[in-house]
Amino acid sequence: MKRSNAPIFWLLFGAGGMLAALFGPVLVLVTGIAVPLGWPAGSGVMAYPRMLAFAQNGLGKAFLFAVIALFAWHAAHRIYHSLHDIGVHTGTGARLACYGSALAITLVAAWSLLAIGF
Amino acid sequence: MSVAGRGGYRRPMRGWWRRDPFFMRYMAREVTAIGVAAYALILCIGVVCLSLGEAAWNGWLAALRSPASLVLHVLLLIAMVVHAQSWFEIMPKTMPMIFIGGRRLAALTITRTGWAATAVVTLAVLALFWGFA
Repeated sequence: MKRSNAPIFWLLFGAGGMLAALFGPVLVLVTGIAVPLGWPAGSGVMAYPRMLAFAQNGLGKAFLFAVIALFAWHAAHRIYHSLHDIGVHTGTGARLACYGSALAITLVAAWSLLAIGF
Repeated sequence: MSVAGRGGYRRPMRGWWRRDPFFMRYMAREVTAIGVAAYALILCIGVVCLSLGEAAWNGWLAALRSPASLVLHVLLLIAMVVHAQSWFEIMPKTMPMIFIGGRRLAALTITRTGWAATAVVTLAVLALFWGFA
């Protein structure tokens, strides 16, 4: 019997969903709202040297990669399975578009994080 | 001959999810995936900019300060909270059953534990963030 690849995608979906539920709200709040508005006043929390050091640290690098890749795989899986609900008949094309985008984001993030160095 | 003529009445499926509050909640939960995807893309672009040097990184930060980006991130924040809410609501059904002292762990306990974990993570990240500031 041919083994199904579904558990792999389900696992990525689950891991990404859990990570998004735990970290999603606070990350969006910090990176997308607080820092751009300058809260706390005049802070350079995300200034270049600081973020570079964060991304060069092993743990920081792993965290960034996990958040980006798992968020992407979670979303790809959910969007792919929701297409049917809005009347789109899914096939190989839709599967490639969804999971292919997640793979592209994963590879670009991995490449950049490696380029940043250790 | 029309489709209706051959196959009889077909219930239109357009806007089916607007028929019932349960379906609306289902759709709200599925739509959060677009927000999660958008945020993954935004962070991925950020990491690319970081790898390209200080000028590119500052460009990314400047883009985040634009009004359009701020509005988008407020929407993303709502999407993330809706996602977390639905995720912890479903968790009792998706995880293996847990028995404590012969009794099944209540769904509400699991949901509340999830929220507590998010609260701890949120406070920890904010503390770290303010500690650096």
